[in-house]
Amino acid sequence: MWGLRSVASTVLTLVLFATYLGIGALAHDSHFSLGWALASTLFVWAGPAQIILISTLGSGATVVQAAIAVTVSAIRLFPMVVSVMPMIRTPQTKRRQLILATHFIAVTLWVECFRLLPQVPRERRIAFTHGLGCGLLAVCLVATALGYELAAGLPQLFGAAILLLTPLAFLLSTARNCRQLADVLALVLGLALFPLVSMLHTGVDILISGASAGTIAYGVHWWREQS
Amino acid sequence: MSDFIGDWNALLVLLLAGFLPNEVWRMIGLWLGAGVDEGSDALVWVRAVATAILAGVIAQILVQPPGALASIPDWLRYAAVVAGFAAFVASGRSTLAGVVSGELLMLAGKWWLG
Repeated sequence: MWGLRSVASTVLTLVLFATYLGIGALAHDSHFSLGWALASTLFVWAGPAQIILISTLGSGATVVQAAIAVTVSAIRLFPMVVSVMPMIRTPQTKRRQLILATHFIAVTLWVECFRLLPQVPRERRIAFTHGLGCGLLAVCLVATALGYELAAGLPQLFGAAILLLTPLAFLLSTARNCRQLADVLALVLGLALFPLVSMLHTGVDILISGASAGTIAYGVHWWREQS
Repeated sequence: MSDFIGDWNALLVLLLAGFLPNEVWRMIGLWLGAGVDEGSDALVWVRAVATAILAGVIAQILVQPPGALASIPDWLRYAAVVAGFAAFVASGRSTLAGVVSGELLMLAGKWWLG
């Protein structure tokens, strides 16, 4: 219940709501059914992957092409899950008890786990994550349905404001969670390196800039530990 | 109900092209992450990479804006983020204050441009 209540305590809930309004509208405009749109929110549960899935399928790509585009966007979930799992589990926790919590991990939950979990007793952290995940998911299912129904009525400026919410909120909530020098460096270098790497047009620009910026940040952290 | 679900084939496509290629990375993370120690150096690196990838996602939306955001001039997008960050710092790290300030600057700028 504690986790569920935390849904109301974060501005990221509003950001997710707005993002999923947009995804619902996109699904409508790409001629998917409402049930399909809701199922994609429930099972995929990652905004960028859903936008990629809907827009690639909507533009006539094959299932294989869409699957490749989605899986490239989803690689980022891997380091997120690895870094948050040690905070959630106890030494007695079995892997299968973490499967649902793992499914809930996406950018928002990752950020909020780093902010909120330290205040939660360790044995209650799985339950907390489930509460937070279910709450956010419920909010997003409502937003998906609402966006789907409203679709045509959304003005362009409203759309622009929704899209600006994501970078603003992600940047500020990540900045707030930075504890070590490595985190700050990773954030700054990640922002700076992406525009450079994107000139290469590799299709996996974000992964290249992210892996290099993160590794440099870690290198500096390691070097300072040594000296 | 048939209108709500639509085409069952589309749900199969959702499973194959959406759910499985996305979920596989979470499950690999769960599988490999279970052995990593909290506070270990490997974790500092993984977290730095995850943070930098997220920073890349943020930069991408600003530099290569999708959809309606492309209707906002470059300088106004960047100014909105700088204003948001300034308000965040000035308010003692309030995410809400930063987000609201950034959004207001963008809306005001767009209104002023007409």
